[in-house]
Amino acid sequence: MSARALADIAPRYQVGDWVRVRQGSPPGHFRTPQYVQGKPGRVAALCGAFRNPESLARGGDGFPAQPLYRVEFAQTALWGRYRGPAHDKLLLDLYQHWLEPIDEPEGA
Amino acid sequence: MSEHHDGPQSHSGPAHSGMDDARLDYYARLTQALEDLLVAKGVCTRREVQQEMDRMDARTPAGGARVVARAWSDAGFKARLLADPMTALKELGFSLPDTTPRLAVVENTHRVHHLVVCTLCSCYPRMLLGRPPDWYKSLAYRSRAVTDPRGVMREFGLELSEGVEVRVLDSTADLRYLVLPHRPAGTQGMTEAQLAKLVTRDSMIGVTEPLHSEPARAG
Repeated sequence: MSARALADIAPRYQVGDWVRVRQGSPPGHFRTPQYVQGKPGRVAALCGAFRNPESLARGGDGFPAQPLYRVEFAQTALWGRYRGPAHDKLLLDLYQHWLEPIDEPEGA
Repeated sequence: MSEHHDGPQSHSGPAHSGMDDARLDYYARLTQALEDLLVAKGVCTRREVQQEMDRMDARTPAGGARVVARAWSDAGFKARLLADPMTALKELGFSLPDTTPRLAVVENTHRVHHLVVCTLCSCYPRMLLGRPPDWYKSLAYRSRAVTDPRGVMREFGLELSEGVEVRVLDSTADLRYLVLPHRPAGTQGMTEAQLAKLVTRDSMIGVTEPLHSEPARAG
């Protein structure tokens, strides 16, 4: 992974930013589970730059590398009948091109 | 699988010893064909495949337990482990390739409890825990760990109070998560080797807590 490739895509989000996961099912391989698509979450960490799995799965080199974020979701925002307290969270690692910025949701 | 023989069912030499093709299911045959092609094209040798399999089998949860025991015993190491796991692991003599997947360590406390799952496949910190247990790869665990983590932990015997925040980590990218369990009370004065015996595989996945006293020695 070259330094130049890492610099290709600048991180767009910071810890604490609200984001929504894009919806889609591109042909081939992608690593954004359906259950978080369209859901609002909050950036918990910037994990660094990682090669794009959608390119790698097709024999590509994965560049430009994508900023990868650990995004935190309230469990109650994901599942209608979540059986647990409101502070329970689900976190997953999402590539920048799957995220879009949103304002803080009401009641969040 | 150590016995080699060249039977008529072995379509490309002695590699797939002791296996009867008729008994191989679709994926086993696919794997075999892929290996044959890689060898035929000179990408790797049979010996390298076997060495890699041996290397995978040599990794066990004892590696992770040693890391956890050190973190419980040495606050400085713990801080380094949480901040930069790959570098911290080198201190313990682990030589991990400087490639993906990378490792992230998350700490359980009396207020926060982490649980790891891979809903898309079976991503797992093999470098420290070896191969994942079958239940980790099951559809039941992969779906229920995200929708009902407290219910899953209850089935493993862990009842968490509502005051504890449960944080489920779904390993969706090239990062593998190791849970650093909460050190049990009453373990002051234990050596690292004694502490390591309390650290179970399941406690490093997060479905249970570590043992509270040394397991009884069988035999």
